[in-house]
Amino acid sequence: MSVVIVDYGLSNLGSIRRSLEECGATVRVSDDPKALRTASRVVLPGVGSFADGMVNLRKGGWVTALQEAAKEEKIPLLGICLGMQLLADRGHEGGDIPGLGLLPGEVRRLEPHSHAEKIPHVGWNEIYPSGKSSLFNGIPDGSDFYFVHSYHLIPKYKDHVIATTPYCGRFVSAVGTGNIFGVQFHPEKSGRPGFHVLDNFLNL
Amino acid sequence: MLKVRVIPTLLWKEFGLVKGVGFDSWRRVGTVMPAIKVYNTRQVDELIVLDITATFEGRVPDYESINEFSAECFVPLTVGGGVRNLEDIKNLLRAGADKVSINSAAYDNPRLIREAADKFGSQCIVVSIDARKTAGGEYECFSHCGTRPTGKPVDSWAGEVERLGAGEILLTSVERDGTMQGYDLHLIKKVTRNAGIPVIASGGAGSYQDMYEAISVANCSAVAAASIFHFTQQTPMEAKKFLSTHRIAVRNVNIQSILTE
Repeated sequence: MSVVIVDYGLSNLGSIRRSLEECGATVRVSDDPKALRTASRVVLPGVGSFADGMVNLRKGGWVTALQEAAKEEKIPLLGICLGMQLLADRGHEGGDIPGLGLLPGEVRRLEPHSHAEKIPHVGWNEIYPSGKSSLFNGIPDGSDFYFVHSYHLIPKYKDHVIATTPYCGRFVSAVGTGNIFGVQFHPEKSGRPGFHVLDNFLNL
Repeated sequence: MLKVRVIPTLLWKEFGLVKGVGFDSWRRVGTVMPAIKVYNTRQVDELIVLDITATFEGRVPDYESINEFSAECFVPLTVGGGVRNLEDIKNLLRAGADKVSINSAAYDNPRLIREAADKFGSQCIVVSIDARKTAGGEYECFSHCGTRPTGKPVDSWAGEVERLGAGEILLTSVERDGTMQGYDLHLIKKVTRNAGIPVIASGGAGSYQDMYEAISVANCSAVAAASIFHFTQQTPMEAKKFLSTHRIAVRNVNIQSILTE
């Protein structure tokens, strides 16, 4: 299994690379969109703001390449954290900015429902898979994953929601449609349940 | 529900792992890498690694070592010490830090917090605040590993760093550090009362009860501790079991163990 991790200059790539390797994948971290041609899986990681993320994806020539790989080649794609948010049509961090448009929806700031809910949402919180996505095969309801984010993706269509998390009301912590997936948490930092999700992604 | 985190802090000086008392009398307690491996195996909630002499020595952070640490670390890793500018932060994130902690440089150049939050996102910018009690019973922030008074009262500085875009505050009581006499609950409350961002309590943990109080009385989002884990038989996992029996939501140990089997 050959996985390409998109390197667009913003992320911590070491741990995602190592965790995919632990799951048995051959991993290439690449700053060249041509690498997608030989990929059987694509991981779009990301730390940072939506605006900076899109600027860097454009600069690196990734936007069209990712859209083609995901939409035409149907290569399974996993966006992590900011990488999930960038899949959306639009984001509102650092301006009103178009995203990759791979998953209909928009990205907005989390709104706390009480003083006890701090933003950013940092730490371990539960996910409740909707039960239909094979990405969460074998992951029990209420499993804890590691989150660190202030924004969240609001999908346009309900059936793109594959997991939710109880915070700020309840936000969508994972999305999926066809071969395109996004998780707001960090599977590479979530211990064994995280490895399990990455394993599921490799075995789709 | 968001879980309260129990975070071991690893202080790092010239390749060794050290622990002091009141930011002084540093004792060598091992080397960093084996400690990271152990905590990784035990699936701690998060780790904080601070290079305590980088700022003093005017060094840039040791990216190569951080790179080695992060390669063995599948839990969230916060790195600090010697962070001066955006370039340092970028390099630490690329070396594998999930969050970067800024301390001394933020006093000289508060704009750094804003610029870093804009560039990398608030969620990875931790501002570390070291505070000492003043004669009047207030708390003053100190830079340079607790040695230089900044003249800034802790509550106003905490408010300022939040406004500038910090994503978290690592709040350490210099006097309590290493004493294992309990967290300074007044200090923590002073900051959590107005904070809209998570506050990590640090300095003084000697028992699980101390952690419980920092959470239930002083409302912190996470407890950091070092001496208790270096010098006693107490462990982060047992701490969480204790907290759990006292109705504090911690990361679900039972589900983790199901997946382990």
